[in-house]
Amino acid sequence: MSDLDGNSSAPAGDAFGQTQTLKKVKKQKVLLMGKSGSGKSSMRSIIFSNFLARDTRRRGATIDIDLSHVKFLGNLTLNLWDCGGQEAFMENYLSQQRAHVFSNVGVLIYVFDIESRGDVERDLATYVNIISALVQYSREAKVFVLVHKMDLIQPAMREAVFDQRVALVRRKTAEAVSIVRKQKPDASAHPQSPPFPSTQIPDVDLDMQLFATSIWDQSLYKAWASIIHDLVPNLAVIETQLASLGVAIDADEILLFERTSFLVVSKWSSREGERNPYGDRFERMSNILKSWKHTCSKFTGTPRNAEQFSDFEYKMGPNFAMFATKFTTNTYILVCMPPGEARFNSAKLNVAAARPWFRFLDGPPVPMSSSSQMLAGGGYGSEAAGGSES
Amino acid sequence: MDRFPFRPGFVRNISPAVLNLQRVYEQNRQRITKKDVGSVPDVAAPQTKGTPRLLLMGQRRSGKSSISSVVFHKLPPSETLYLESTARIQKDSLNSFMDVQIWDFPGQIDVFENPNITFDIDAIFGEIGALIWVIDAQDDYLESVAQLNNTILHIQRSYPHINVEVFIHKVDGLSDDYKLDIQRDITIRIQDELSDEGIENAPVNFHLTSIYNHSIFEAFSKVIQKLIPRLGQLEAMLTNLCRTCRFEKAYLFDVNTKIYIATDSTPEDMASYEICSDFVDVVIDFTEVYGSWPRTQSWRARLEGEPWSQPVEDQVACELAEAGMVLSDAQRPIMLREVDRFLALVAIMKEGSYEKMPQINLNVDVVVKGLTEFFDITKPKEVKAAAVVEGRKGQGS
Repeated sequence: MSDLDGNSSAPAGDAFGQTQTLKKVKKQKVLLMGKSGSGKSSMRSIIFSNFLARDTRRRGATIDIDLSHVKFLGNLTLNLWDCGGQEAFMENYLSQQRAHVFSNVGVLIYVFDIESRGDVERDLATYVNIISALVQYSREAKVFVLVHKMDLIQPAMREAVFDQRVALVRRKTAEAVSIVRKQKPDASAHPQSPPFPSTQIPDVDLDMQLFATSIWDQSLYKAWASIIHDLVPNLAVIETQLASLGVAIDADEILLFERTSFLVVSKWSSREGERNPYGDRFERMSNILKSWKHTCSKFTGTPRNAEQFSDFEYKMGPNFAMFATKFTTNTYILVCMPPGEARFNSAKLNVAAARPWFRFLDGPPVPMSSSSQMLAGGGYGSEAAGGSES
Repeated sequence: MDRFPFRPGFVRNISPAVLNLQRVYEQNRQRITKKDVGSVPDVAAPQTKGTPRLLLMGQRRSGKSSISSVVFHKLPPSETLYLESTARIQKDSLNSFMDVQIWDFPGQIDVFENPNITFDIDAIFGEIGALIWVIDAQDDYLESVAQLNNTILHIQRSYPHINVEVFIHKVDGLSDDYKLDIQRDITIRIQDELSDEGIENAPVNFHLTSIYNHSIFEAFSKVIQKLIPRLGQLEAMLTNLCRTCRFEKAYLFDVNTKIYIATDSTPEDMASYEICSDFVDVVIDFTEVYGSWPRTQSWRARLEGEPWSQPVEDQVACELAEAGMVLSDAQRPIMLREVDRFLALVAIMKEGSYEKMPQINLNVDVVVKGLTEFFDITKPKEVKAAAVVEGRKGQGS
C-alpha cells in the first residue's frame, strides 16, 4: 500500500487542484489524570494497544508520568501523558512540575472512579486543583471527565448515579474556575504564569464533556471517539468527502475507522441510515471489530497491533449488505448498503476508486481539492455503478 | 420482511435478575398450563415426550446455573457472580434445530436419598439424553466424586445407556499440568469405584471446562452431538465439502448458543473453533445493528425503481445470510453461510482461495440444500408437519 502515500501522491494532488490547503502535522498534548487505580492506564492500553479488558487486570501502578506518542491517522500525533495517580505524584505535578505538566495542554482527561467510596471528597479536591492549574496554564484546553467503572453500579441505578456525579463535577468545576478568575490579577503578576492580557479578565469557560465509561462495554469507545474527534485535523474535508462517496455509491451508512484503535474518525448516514434505532452503533462497531481483531491475532499468532483482516463482506439476503475493508494506510472503511449484488459489487469497486480522495489521511499533507470537485467525483462514481450493472 | 435470519427475540447480555424473573415466569406458566390439562403438578413429570433432556447435576456452588445461563441465555460470564443459588429444578429449553431441555438441579438435594421427598426417579432419568455432572476443580472434589459414583451406580442399574459427562469446571486460572493432573485423578477414582462394583466400560466422559473461555461451549457441543441422530452422515457431508472446496475446517453451528453440532473429520482444534465461533458473534452483532429494524417503503421503492426495476429479492444472489472475512496473514478467508433459522455453516478456507468464492458458493449452495433436507428427514414425526410449512417459507426462493 506504499503507493498510497509519499511521493506518488503529489501528481494526484495537482490533478485535483489546490483550492484548499490542509493543515500541517499536529502534535497534541493529552493529559490523562485521575486517582490511583481509577483505570487510566487500563483504558489507554485497551484503546491504543489492543489489550482485552480482562488482560488489564494485572497492570501495576503507573510510576510518575508515562509518556507515549500515539500516531493517529498519519498527520496527528497524540502526546499522551499518562500521569500516575498516587498522591505523592499528584502533589508533585501541582507544585514543582506545575508549569511543565500543565502548559500547552490540548486535552485533559480526568478519570473518576465511581466506586471510590468515602474518597470522593479527596478525589474532587484533587480534581479542583488540577482544573485550577489547567486554567492557569492552558486556557484553551478541552476537558473530558470520564466517570469510570460504571459496570460496578447496578444497571438500573447507573443513570441516576451518573447524573448525580455530573452535577457534582460541574458545580466543582464552576467553583474552581470562578476562584481562578478572581485570582487572575495576582496570577498575571507572578513571573512564572503565562502572559494573560491583564487589562481584561477573559471569560474562563471550560469546554467540558462528561462520559460514563466502563472497559467492559462499548462506552469507552464512545468517550474516546469524541476525544479524538475534536483533535483530528481536516475533519470537515473528511466529512464532505465521505458524504459525496456515500451518495455516489448509494450507501446507507459509512464509517471511517482509524487502523489500530478502531475509533470512529468520521461517519456518514443516509436519511434511511439515520433511522437506525441503535444510537450507540458507532462505538459498538468499534468494539466488535476490535475484539474480532483480538480473536484473529490469537488465531494467527501475529502481534496484537498488527493488521489482522483486510476484507469483510456480509450480505444478509434481501435485508442489507455491508462490507469493511482496508481503506487508506491508516484507516478502515465500513459501508452498510441496501441489498443487491450489482449495487454491492460496484460499491466495492467505487470505494477502491475513491482511495485517492482520502490519500491525505496518510500523512505528509498534500493539497486537496475543494468539495465542489468532489461532487464531480461523485458523478464519476455513479457512472461506474451504472456501467457495471449493464 | 417478516423473516429474520436468527431468532428475532434472542436474549443478549441480560442481567441475572431479569433472567431469574424470566425463569420464574416460565415455570409458573408451565405449571398453570399443566394444571389446565389436569395432569399431576409434579415438577419432575415429563412434559414433553420425545425431546432429549440434559441433566445438570453436581454439588452446590459448583457452577451449574452459571453454565446454563452462559450457554443458553448469553449471560456475560462476569455477571454469573450475582446468580442466586438454585432452590428448585430450573428448566431451560434449547429451541433450535432440535429441542433439548436442560434441567438444572439444586446441588443441595440428593435425588436418591432424600428423607423428605421421594423423587420419581423414572421421571427424572427416564428420557434423559445425558447426565452432566459438574465438579468444581478449584475446590475439594472428593465428596463430589463420591456422590457422582453413587449416582452412576444408581442409574447404571436401570438406565445403562445414559451418557455421563463429567465437567471438571472452573479450570481457568489453573496451569495446564495441574488441569491434567486433576482430570487423571478424577478419572482414576471413578473408574476404580465402578470396576469395584463390577461395572466396566460405563459411558463416562470427561471435559475440562470454564465459562470464561470457549471450553464450555466445546464441551456442550460434544454432549449435544451425541444426541443427534445420524451424526455420521452430517459429518460425511461436511468432510466432502471440505475436500471439494479445499476448506481447512468446517463447522455447523447452532447460531444462538454457538454450540457446533457437527464438523468435518479433520482433527479437532480449539483455535479454529474459537475463531469460527467469534465470527458467528461478529455476524450476529452486525445483524442486530443493521438488519433487525424495518426499512421504510420509500427506501424499498427507490431500490426497486430505475435503473434496477426488479424486486429486491431478485437482486440478491442468496436469500440467506452469507459472509466472508479475509485474514491478513496468508490471506486466509473465513466464510459463513446461514443454513436455516438456527444453523450456520462456518468454514476456514485455504490461503488465497478467496478469488474462487463464486465456485465455492455453488458448492456450498448444494451442501446447504442437502443439510436442509437432512434435518427435514431426521426431524421427529410430529414436529415435521409444522416444520414443512415453515421450511417452505424459508426455502421459497
